Amino acid sequence: MNFLLNVNIAVALLKSRKKQTIIAAVGVMFSITMFITLLGFMNGLNAMLDSLILNRTPHIRLYNELKPAGKQPIEISLNSNHTMHVIQSVKPSSKSLNIRNYQSVLSSVLADERVLGTSPKLSVQVIYNVGPTDMAGVVNGVDLQKEMDLFFFKDYVPEGNPIWAEQIPNSIILGKVAAEKMMAKVGDMITVSGPTGEQLSMKVVGFFQSGIQDFDKVQSYTSLETAQKLMGKNSQYITDLQIKLKDLQAAPQMAKEYAMKYDVDAIDLQTANSQFETGTKIRSIISYAVGITLLIVAGFGIYNILNMMIYEKMDTIAILKATGFSGPDVRMIFLFIAMFIGLSGALLGLVFGFALSSLVDLVPFNVPALPTVTSLPVDYNPKFYIIGAIFGTITSYFAGYFPSRKASQIDPVQIIRGK
Amino acid sequence: MSIVLETRNIDKSFYQPEKTKILKGVNMQIDKGSFVSVVGKSGCGKSTLLYILSTMDTDYEGGLYLENDLLTGKTGIELAAVRNEKIGFVFQFHYLLNEFSALKNVMLPALKQGKLSHKEVEQKAYEVLKSLDMGDFAMQNAAKLSGGQKQRVAIARALINDPLIIMGDEPTGNLDKKNSQMVFEIFKDLAQVKKQTILVVTHDPEFAQASDRIIEMADGQIVI
Repeated sequence: MNFLLNVNIAVALLKSRKKQTIIAAVGVMFSITMFITLLGFMNGLNAMLDSLILNRTPHIRLYNELKPAGKQPIEISLNSNHTMHVIQSVKPSSKSLNIRNYQSVLSSVLADERVLGTSPKLSVQVIYNVGPTDMAGVVNGVDLQKEMDLFFFKDYVPEGNPIWAEQIPNSIILGKVAAEKMMAKVGDMITVSGPTGEQLSMKVVGFFQSGIQDFDKVQSYTSLETAQKLMGKNSQYITDLQIKLKDLQAAPQMAKEYAMKYDVDAIDLQTANSQFETGTKIRSIISYAVGITLLIVAGFGIYNILNMMIYEKMDTIAILKATGFSGPDVRMIFLFIAMFIGLSGALLGLVFGFALSSLVDLVPFNVPALPTVTSLPVDYNPKFYIIGAIFGTITSYFAGYFPSRKASQIDPVQIIRGK
Repeated sequence: MSIVLETRNIDKSFYQPEKTKILKGVNMQIDKGSFVSVVGKSGCGKSTLLYILSTMDTDYEGGLYLENDLLTGKTGIELAAVRNEKIGFVFQFHYLLNEFSALKNVMLPALKQGKLSHKEVEQKAYEVLKSLDMGDFAMQNAAKLSGGQKQRVAIARALINDPLIIMGDEPTGNLDKKNSQMVFEIFKDLAQVKKQTILVVTHDPEFAQASDRIIEMADGQIVI
């Protein structure tokens, strides 16, 4: 009853100042609109730039690296504080680069609940024989179906179908730049030499385009079997196991765990691309800072109109108090006014923010590296709308808090006697 | 006769611009059903006393009793409730809320009290307005009424909660002769017919003469 009555009075006061009320609400609306659009666009952009790296990079990669032994034999035999040794010119020992015991490692990794999926890879150093000249390159033998499922491989094959490489024996998906140099078209045959000297005639079934020139000049893809054939190895020979996780953040920890467990080298995405998170974070911080500044400015708008209203309505406040409305009642009335302005502005801001985001989303935008992107990226994450609404509410609460406290402290005697 | 309002040794000083003692040990009792006028020269402290009696000014020394209930020292919220239920005010200026109709202005204190339903409050407010010949103007916006009409609405607002006492601070001070006369008649009628306790601060000797009792003040003390 009391609450409704206070709301009733607040609404009457709002109506008597329609123009200012609307202007203050539009201020809030504008700031929330910009907040939503800015964050949606920035995060869309972040997601797009991240996907440049994330789409094609495994969260964890298991592999073997050529490197010197961690402990030289002499260290083990002379394990005493009173001796020292000097070994000069340590060299890496020769070892096979494949993952030993691949099948059991694979089934063990797949049994891990945190893992979304795995895709094996075999990288082969090759030479493309183009007429009288040779070009160095790398042919990656992959399970093309898994590569498409986990690493969006199809998006990077603008011509041809990746699955043909699986179906047609001795076929290759050639790097776009390399293909241009060889003047090869889909359906052409090219000759490739493996590291053991084995020469293979391969049919071009598609082009691979990552958008990064140096990459597209060197990298090509084929099926695992064909790569093993080029390498002259059996079907157990795999050099990399690419792992995609359910939660990317767990990668650094799990990489260490796997390295210990399977006695291989393991690198996580964060370590491999340490700059990757920095840019994302800074863009996020900037957009939040701008958005929140806009909100605070809108908050001052509410603060101003409320202060003005309180000066104008001194008489009303005085008589309300004289007839039995308490300080808290008066405060509730003015706080309600602030919240009404803030919340109606925020609500409109959410709607207009969505509308403006949709407009931004329509602007054409083409990136060679991301063939699936055709317009400016916008993230419609409900999180931004919730944050916008919460911040709008908090700002209007604080913008209303101080003026309404002042109103509640007005001494009716001073107003009434002043007349 | 029972005592409605009583003060015991009320002192009050102003500190701006320098310390001046404005009330010096005021003792008074207002009987139930009496019509009391407080008169005195400007600056004698009569308005100051009224605002202390009204509970709006709490910065004083001494004791204030309403129906033997000590009001001195109560919290702002408690005093607001006391004003709402037991004290009606009529000021020199009408202080109506321009955003509302005359009827709604009268209803506000009763709605705040919350004892009656909205419908009952509306009914009662209309009755009170009708008794002051303002029935026809009930739905008019307060801003559109004339000065005399506004003051009648303000009196209706003071009456709506059946207060123990009505206090007036120069209720005719802002009105022309004709309207002063009318307000004066209303107060007289309330006192004589309805036995309403009334305490009015006034400059108007005619007004004072009509009351049951005149309290004259000088230099912060009650003379008579």
